[in-house]
Amino acid sequence: MKQVRAMDTVEQSQLFHSMLRIRRIEEALARKYAEQEMRCPIHLCVGQEAIAVGVCAALNQTDLVFSNHRAHGHYLAKGGGLAELVAEVYGRETGCCGGRGGSMHLIDLSVGFMGSTPIVGGTVPLAVGAAWAATLKRNRQVTVSFFGDGCFEEGVVHESLNFAALHKIPVVFVCENNDFSVYTRRTERQPDRPMFEIAQAHGVEAATGNGNDVEEVFNIATTAIDKARCGLGPQFLEFRTYRWREHCGPNFDDDLRYRLPLEIEAGLNACPIAHYRSKLTKANGLSGLDIDRYELEIQAEIEVAFNFALSSRRPGIEDANRKVYA
Amino acid sequence: MLIAKYMPELEQRSLSFAEAVREALEQVMEKDPRVIVIGEGVPDPKAIFNSTIGLRDKYGTGRVFDMPLAENGLTGVCIGAALNGLRPVMVHQRIDFALLAMDQLVNNAAKWHYMFDGKASVPLVVRMIVGRGWGQGPQHSQSLQAMFAQVPGLKVVMPTTAYDAKGMLISAIEDDNPVLFIEHRWLHDIQDIVPEEYYRVPLDQGRILHEGDAVTVAAFSYMALEALTAAKALRTELGTAIEVLDMRSVRPLDVGLVLNSVRKTGRLIVADTAFRTGSIAGELISQVVEQAFDKLKTHPVRITLPDHPAPTSYFMTEHYYPGPQTIIDEVLKLVGVDRHSDGYKKLCAVTQRRGPHDTPNREFSGPF
Ligand SMILES: Cc1ncc(C[n+]2csc(CCOP(=O)(O)OP(=O)(O)O)c2C)c(N)n1
Repeated sequence: MKQVRAMDTVEQSQLFHSMLRIRRIEEALARKYAEQEMRCPIHLCVGQEAIAVGVCAALNQTDLVFSNHRAHGHYLAKGGGLAELVAEVYGRETGCCGGRGGSMHLIDLSVGFMGSTPIVGGTVPLAVGAAWAATLKRNRQVTVSFFGDGCFEEGVVHESLNFAALHKIPVVFVCENNDFSVYTRRTERQPDRPMFEIAQAHGVEAATGNGNDVEEVFNIATTAIDKARCGLGPQFLEFRTYRWREHCGPNFDDDLRYRLPLEIEAGLNACPIAHYRSKLTKANGLSGLDIDRYELEIQAEIEVAFNFALSSRRPGIEDANRKVYA
Repeated sequence: MLIAKYMPELEQRSLSFAEAVREALEQVMEKDPRVIVIGEGVPDPKAIFNSTIGLRDKYGTGRVFDMPLAENGLTGVCIGAALNGLRPVMVHQRIDFALLAMDQLVNNAAKWHYMFDGKASVPLVVRMIVGRGWGQGPQHSQSLQAMFAQVPGLKVVMPTTAYDAKGMLISAIEDDNPVLFIEHRWLHDIQDIVPEEYYRVPLDQGRILHEGDAVTVAAFSYMALEALTAAKALRTELGTAIEVLDMRSVRPLDVGLVLNSVRKTGRLIVADTAFRTGSIAGELISQVVEQAFDKLKTHPVRITLPDHPAPTSYFMTEHYYPGPQTIIDEVLKLVGVDRHSDGYKKLCAVTQRRGPHDTPNREFSGPF
């Protein structure tokens, strides 16, 4: 097994760039949403970028990822096409699902992003099955399942953990713990005990960490993915984080008062990007000029993607009845 | 829009469908301490599209619950609580989430009374909301009533008006059987006259929403409203009177009401909110054909969703949902009216939808 080693500055800048890119894309979607042309639910991952980026950076291109309703970050971090994402949210023919899915259904098989769906828990056993298939086919692929703390309550998650442990399946369960399911706090849904210990009780090796520290996520994920790949069985990772914006939609919803002002402030202060930026600039790994350049490049890329989406053909009802069967 | 005037005189208080549901819950909880309410988001700031607002403040954390994301397990828990004397009301923000609870609903709730020789029953109500619009797509906008209605032992209702929502929810909670109470999301904001007192509406009867003798249009849930719009336009523009039946219940089906109407009109259209194949529209037509074949002047017609999942894209859903125009066209085909006439053109202009096709009203700015 590989030893986790200190990252070099190039790798660090890549992590930073990847998080910044996701943030700017989410913000662009949020800004444009007000124009009423993206007519589908969107669940933005602003504030949670480090988990998607840290985990996916530890995967190979051929490894697989399944995800949930809050999927933009996972999709982009795995290398999913930006233009196809934006076009999908705009309901265009060039979207990654041809407009059938919208934000809640993303796919890019060319980079191993196997699919994201909004029925909570729906894709967790699929990740186990895909990883199982890899072992039955005797290849060394690892599959990651991204889900939230709310999803951890679904029975199917525990059935999946049990089966994965039984067959030593190379799947990595990544639980993004932002403490909320919609507006409901975890304390109203779960007893006071750590989720990762439940995974351990299923016989799954588990670790937990700060989901807003991208290097910590990367290091923990690297170890876990490596173990899974070496046949040591499924891994469960719980990362604490914070969702900045409303559960569904482009706005902030602090006016609803389901989160306390102090809590919101602490959440915003834990910004994974701001922290990493100051860490890297202090260590001289990243200059203000680098960051300016990233911003410009990302901005340009976003513009291209939006232009692509908005100039793409609008599908019609005549497209809608195709592809029901293979 | 007001649907029907039930109390034409005196104070005509109107409530929205969602407010009527809330009032029913409040009044049954007041009357019967065995009633509890549970669901994901029930006490949260959005209160299930405002249908459970204030219930926790009034009845406390011992009767009004949020719940873990565990639809199957918690349905079983509610069935168990019902078997031991409570009357749980469970809520799913989308009917699609209730699919996770299919085993408990179909194998336990539906069968308990029968398989144990009537020694026990399951007085459980499950509210399920059908989504539509704003790109909710393949997994958040299904209309699955036929799937549940196929199961003996379950009652399945789909009220259309706020008046019926209140009266039928009260009846459902008082009923000793499992009742699935299906609400179309686009009905939630629609107003109707709703009396303040505690009242019941039966769970097994449709009703006539608009009288006529040309064609019977038996409609379910939101489609009853669409049929009413069609009926009004047909009457004013062409002088054609169709009979609109708001079926209100899916299991049992009030076939008697439809037969009576068909004896008068000789023509039947069934308008459903669901996929075509295996729809309750098909079931209703079978029963009418079996019992009154000789009364039909022409073949019956189903108006349903096409047999493919709901796409998300605004452009793909534009012609996905049938509406008043679909109903009008089918009516005119059955009665043989020339669709090139000026009257028809005027009619189309009247029923033409204004504003986007994917929102329940023009104020809505997404997402659901
Ligand atoms: C089976 C099912 N139940 C309920 C929902 C409604 N719902 C959508 S997202 C969500 C919250 C999920 O919380 P979590 O898993 O913690 O993810 P987060 O939104 O915090 O990222 C809920 C309840 C659903 N989509 N599917």
